[in-house]
Amino acid sequence: MQLKLGQINITDIQFGSETKVEKGVLYVNKEQVLAAVADERLTNISLELAKPGESVRILPVKDVIEPRLKIEGNGGVFPGFINKVDMVGSGTTLVLRGAAVVTTGSIVGFQEGIIDMSGPGADYSPFSKLNNLVIVCEAPEGLSQHEHEAAVRMVGYKAAACLAEAAAEAKVDSWEEYRHLNLYEGMKKYPELPRVAYVYMLQTQGLLHDTYVYGVDAKKILPTLMSPTEMMDGAIVSGNCVSACDKNTTYHHLNNPIIKDLYERHGKDLNFVGVIITNENVTLADKQRSSNFTAKLADMLGLDGAIVSQEGFGNPDTDLIMNCTKLEKLGIKTVIVTDEYAGRDGASQSLADADPLADATVTGGNANEVITLPAMDKVIGNTKSADIIAGGFDGSLAKDGSITVEIQAITGATNELGFNTLTTREI
Amino acid sequence: MSKFRVVHYINQYFGQIGGEEKANIPPSCKEGPVGPGMAFKAALGEEAEIVATIICGDSWFAENIDEAKATVVKMIAQHKPDLVITGPAFNAGRYGTACGAVAEAVSQELNVPVISGMYPENPGAEMFRRFALIVETGDNAAAMRKAVPAMGKLALKVLHGEPLGTPKEEGYISRGIRQNYFAEERGSKRSVNMLVAKLNGEEYHTEYPMPHFDRVEPNPAVADITKAKIALVTSGGIVPKGNPDHIESSSASKYGKYDIEGVTDLTPDTHQTAHGGYDPVYANKDADRVLPVDVLRELEKEGKIGSLHRYYYATVGNGTAVANAKRYAEEIAAELKSDGVDAVILTST
Repeated sequence: MQLKLGQINITDIQFGSETKVEKGVLYVNKEQVLAAVADERLTNISLELAKPGESVRILPVKDVIEPRLKIEGNGGVFPGFINKVDMVGSGTTLVLRGAAVVTTGSIVGFQEGIIDMSGPGADYSPFSKLNNLVIVCEAPEGLSQHEHEAAVRMVGYKAAACLAEAAAEAKVDSWEEYRHLNLYEGMKKYPELPRVAYVYMLQTQGLLHDTYVYGVDAKKILPTLMSPTEMMDGAIVSGNCVSACDKNTTYHHLNNPIIKDLYERHGKDLNFVGVIITNENVTLADKQRSSNFTAKLADMLGLDGAIVSQEGFGNPDTDLIMNCTKLEKLGIKTVIVTDEYAGRDGASQSLADADPLADATVTGGNANEVITLPAMDKVIGNTKSADIIAGGFDGSLAKDGSITVEIQAITGATNELGFNTLTTREI
Repeated sequence: MSKFRVVHYINQYFGQIGGEEKANIPPSCKEGPVGPGMAFKAALGEEAEIVATIICGDSWFAENIDEAKATVVKMIAQHKPDLVITGPAFNAGRYGTACGAVAEAVSQELNVPVISGMYPENPGAEMFRRFALIVETGDNAAAMRKAVPAMGKLALKVLHGEPLGTPKEEGYISRGIRQNYFAEERGSKRSVNMLVAKLNGEEYHTEYPMPHFDRVEPNPAVADITKAKIALVTSGGIVPKGNPDHIESSSASKYGKYDIEGVTDLTPDTHQTAHGGYDPVYANKDADRVLPVDVLRELEKEGKIGSLHRYYYATVGNGTAVANAKRYAEEIAAELKSDGVDAVILTST
């Protein structure tokens, strides 16, 4: 499998009469986008822009999606949602790099996260650095939360697909190329290199905690094998935003940094044989079955090493440790990527589960750290959410419009794909 | 600008009242610096001064811990300190525990920062590291010359509200607090680097050491104790008179294996303790109190146990690192097994 990614650098976003890219500016035709995303389940959909450096706060954020367009090869982006369930991951895909669609809407009581386009909060979210088209979705009273969630999720994918059409006529600034050999070819080509896979844990705990693979709710999958290039075409999408700091948005899935960084060492220090996706269901039997299958697949691939990334915290800590210990017991050298809930003072035990075999851990930071986000000139979404978002607390929202919250409330702050530089040390 | 106010807590020995015989004195307060406080005067310079020194006997503190804490905190509070220094206690266990307990009470009740100094293996460091910046010192008072300037420097940094570096940078014992910071490289890159190092057998540093407790499942009961060969192993430091292997009185770097063939009773002429962490008088008078050879010989004679193993093993458990203790245990256990020992009585102090 071979995928070429054509990067079109977007440095600004503006509304215009036509959706197009010109000299790095993404022009958005409002009517065109609104027509593309229309959903009879929602009462009102409106569009806003949020750019880096602006005094703008977005909350509560549901998903962030990077516009991509498949121009050559099998299938189309977001298979199972926007396109048919053809296999993706080969051919040519264009990327509007630096732009994103952000969806927001109050779906359940506890929902989040926050993206600040400037100020101290902007250091914690990768999306503060993007040129965002923000879609505010309102639902009629009585619409079930599941319907509401599904509608808002689709709005995001549709809007991203609509913007991505503009890529077709745009000039590509740079190319990236990713190649994935089948097992036999890979072994023949790199017989001396250690065989490494990426174990990609997907959050699957129910409403606002779900992830989809080719349109399938990942709660219902058994762990399976994928090519790393499939993610780059949107084979995995997010339905997931509660405790936003360590949930993978669709943007994260499209730009999984572990996949990128493994590719960088591929053929030099290791042979990157593929991705095992697994889930994080809530029952013990599910956890045991999925970790057993993960270990079995790893064994069948004859792995020497693996990186396991977690999504979320608490209950999934058990899945993480099960995956890690079962791999280590097979002699597969394993590194896990997680984040911490060490309390606001940093003095508590960070994970809900632990094992001495988990001796190589990368952390995305302590999500309980408290931060005060100053008032912004403009708030897109619903400020009142500040008191009831995860990481917020009674009185989080001050009279002056500032918000005091744990960084848990900031979208992507302690991401467990290692997307950020934030980490933790012991003092 | 007026000088920062510092109160200093020390024990009877450093308070120049007396040694072990004065360890039972209750807390008292003196104006200005005393003993090591004079050295701190130089380290703190013009910016801060020790306004009072609280002196308490180590035994009195240990035996009256609640009253001791309350009294000491009250004395400290009366002097309205900006910062409290305790110790340094080096590797003195009771003194370190007192320094730590004072730090806990002061930081919790008065919300005043505390600087202390201890040898990393001092039990007070592990117990109370969260409540003070404990500067890592040598294991005895000879390290005072190094400890005081380091503690003074850290004290001034805290008093000035300067940002604190890592334990390694600043020389204090980690408080076990997780602090966020932005690293040079993103997490994914760090994870791939870590994996490559792990695959190649190279050194790497986990970013979150897993909390680990070495839990040992008890073996099933000995089936027939009247047939069992029983060995004695102690961390109470019982050694043949003269301590032939020179086992250290604290942080032991070795253990000894001693023949007790034909020995029915340990006497002041034959055995003593090498342990420096408890009152040795009673153990030296009758070492059977720590290593019950006499009782086991009787049981052996009565046929209540099979036999007492010919050798016993001894080390000093005072401040000994867990890693060392584990290594001794592994070696001793292997020998006991190959000698056909069925059961072991472990005694401490």
